Amino acid sequence: MQDDVILRISNLSKSFGPVKALRGIDFELRKGEIHAVAGENGAGKSTLMNVIDGILQPDSGKIVLDGDPVKISSPTMAQQLGIGFVHQEIALCPDVSVAENIFMAKTNVSRSWLMDYRKLERDAVDVFRQLSDIDPSILVKHLSISNQQLVEIAKALTLECRILILDEPTAALTEAEAQTLFGIMRKLADQGISIIYISHRMVEIFNNCDRVSVFRDGQHIVTQNVAEIQPSDVVNAMVGRVIDNLYPQKQEMPSDEVILDVRNLTETKRFRDVSFTLNKGEILGVAGLIGAGRSEIVKGICQLEGDVTGEVWLNGEKLNLRNYQDSIAKGVVYLSEDRKGDGVFLDLPIAANVSALNLEQVANGIGLIQSGTEEAQAKALGHKLNLKCGSLSDPVSSLSGGNQQKVALAKMLSVNPRLIFLDEPTRGVDVGAKSEIHRILRELATEGVGIVVISSELPELIGVCDRVLVVREGRISGQVTGDEMTEENIMHLASVMDAQDSVA
Amino acid sequence: MSGDTKMDNTVNLTPAGSSDSAPLLKRMLRMRETGLIVIILGLFVIMSFASPYFLTWANMRAMSMAFAVDGLLVIGMTILLISGGIDLSVGSVTALAMVIAGWLFLSGIDPWVASAMAIALCTAIGAFMGFFVTRVGLHHFIVSLAIMVIARGACLLFTGGRPLGLYTLPPEFKFIGQGSIGPIPIVIVIFLVFVIAFDFMLRRTTMFRKVFYTGSNEKAAAYSGIRTKKVIFLTTTLCSTLCGVAGIIYMARFGSAQPTFGLGLELTIIAAAVIGGASLNGGSGSILGAILGVILLSLVSSSLALLDVSVYWQDIIRGSILLAAVTIDHYLNKRRG
Repeated sequence: MQDDVILRISNLSKSFGPVKALRGIDFELRKGEIHAVAGENGAGKSTLMNVIDGILQPDSGKIVLDGDPVKISSPTMAQQLGIGFVHQEIALCPDVSVAENIFMAKTNVSRSWLMDYRKLERDAVDVFRQLSDIDPSILVKHLSISNQQLVEIAKALTLECRILILDEPTAALTEAEAQTLFGIMRKLADQGISIIYISHRMVEIFNNCDRVSVFRDGQHIVTQNVAEIQPSDVVNAMVGRVIDNLYPQKQEMPSDEVILDVRNLTETKRFRDVSFTLNKGEILGVAGLIGAGRSEIVKGICQLEGDVTGEVWLNGEKLNLRNYQDSIAKGVVYLSEDRKGDGVFLDLPIAANVSALNLEQVANGIGLIQSGTEEAQAKALGHKLNLKCGSLSDPVSSLSGGNQQKVALAKMLSVNPRLIFLDEPTRGVDVGAKSEIHRILRELATEGVGIVVISSELPELIGVCDRVLVVREGRISGQVTGDEMTEENIMHLASVMDAQDSVA
Repeated sequence: MSGDTKMDNTVNLTPAGSSDSAPLLKRMLRMRETGLIVIILGLFVIMSFASPYFLTWANMRAMSMAFAVDGLLVIGMTILLISGGIDLSVGSVTALAMVIAGWLFLSGIDPWVASAMAIALCTAIGAFMGFFVTRVGLHHFIVSLAIMVIARGACLLFTGGRPLGLYTLPPEFKFIGQGSIGPIPIVIVIFLVFVIAFDFMLRRTTMFRKVFYTGSNEKAAAYSGIRTKKVIFLTTTLCSTLCGVAGIIYMARFGSAQPTFGLGLELTIIAAAVIGGASLNGGSGSILGAILGVILLSLVSSSLALLDVSVYWQDIIRGSILLAAVTIDHYLNKRRG
């Protein structure tokens, strides 16, 4: 690797009121390297990136770009300096074509009066040649999330940047797409572009990055070549304490008692003949590519969407659910994959979020909400889940991602569920909260609550679950358990085309 | 971004420590209602020096009569706004209630029965809008805009464009709009009953809590097992029903039915609700705030009239107040967030 530093940050600090978000940060980025930045939510990595992108101004400290001290006063200026930032949240115009989105910034500074759509599309094809085969003329809203992510990256590339910041770009990508992205990243790095790669996932960092920097509590903890450091060291540096075991202990004694028995569940368009069981004390995982029908199957069981046929038996009782209200009444609940979109009420108080599934529990006989009971409920569940918050009457939006997810989980637990489907339960959650959520899931399973986890993160499924079902194109293509639970086996079942039914 | 920095100043939730009850005064000071009360009281003081007529019983009575009936409309609008909807038809549906009840009365129907029929018609109009919004999937704004025009057209159709004189209304009917219990006008009594009842229900009942859930995040509400379409259907219908009630009270008060009544009223009502803290994005708002909003607007109008300010200035001033209130609130929220 070349040792010439393109970006050097020294002794940089930034406060928000009394909160010190960054404390005397030193950071350097070399030309053509892929530099991973790791840290829990609140560690200051997003603040640092926003300073580099000119969104925030530091209180003190120096930024040296290519040997020259610079003051980056706005994202526009960052662009001119050759800094591109792909945010985690997708910020595209859905009703506009891919090509127009990609060249939005260029159009903005263009001096021409008229749009030259044909040139735009030709240029877009050029940009995409190295990325993917997305048709630049289609509207962004018709693209999948992962393709939208690629459009975001393409957008940053058109700015001819020298430094590219990617904020958890793989969160919404499938394994295969992520691999493509890593290939592209390496190509860009070989062309001399320096990449700052923000991620929670150790596997990605260690397989694809050159160096890793860890932040904690607004401070820079360590920077190392990935070849010279162990994943466990990075995790320990992130959380500031030793996590000896990333995942909780698995089930010791498998039970024969069946909690859930799903038979021939079918929904005309999206899945067919889905049959599986869940035993007491077991955590069942569901794997599969995005679009394979994982979420659709569990939403179908809960009657959240779709017109489903087939039988669902819970604790030996046949369920005839007509809608999700019935499902909640029977103790079958669904934790949404899109926390901000449909999991929590961001602008309502924490207590009002926790009570939402069954208000009768916190109301008296004539339907009046007892705020004391409501707060007590939230407090008890918050305590159980180790929720960190100021006041229970604060809006959920004031919490970090991990704590928001705990509120969403508390909401599920408020109705004493017998069966919980969790769709991506740790997406966007920091390492500490993540292992807490895993521990809670294991506790619930041991208490006899049925736990079914959907996740795109295979190490999570393998680490947490006792058995993993794999869904492919609306069917269960197989299941793995014990030592067979490897990423290779799961990916094989999720993607192989010659279907051979090995359903248990 | 900013969420990233939040963790540092949070405290661990322990069984002992809830900071909710202690700073009650602080919480009250933060409340929008407190700010509005201060502004209203300030205006009161200024006006009692500026105009000798202001602090007379007759003026107080006239002023409260002016906002009392509109207050019913504001209640319906606020609840609808909280659920995420909006209704542009309140002015013309109120006029339609008046016109239909008056027309039925003139055709020989008992005024109480005629009133009940008119209120039922308004409820049906609300249900009709609710149907288009929840079942067909159109936006509240468009549906109620169409109903606004249709209802106004119906008013003109039934009256030929002229006010219906209802001189033969029995005195016990007129009493609702014109009578008093002791020194307090009946209109004010009705208003207070509605305000207290709805404010209480909105804050305390599970039924209305679902309105907040639905308006705050409709999808999350559906994922919590709440029938969001039913909630929106009901809030839409309630708003129109309250228009019916208001229309009847106005009829009793004026002793006539005016087809052009309430032109532009919807904007005053929406402005009052928004000044009082209702969000056009749904999920927030309070009855008390909205009532204070309507009182403020009404106080400003009558003050300007007392000070002999041209009526043409009044709309300009009211619009500016709306803009100022919303702007101030926007910045306060930002600082708090």
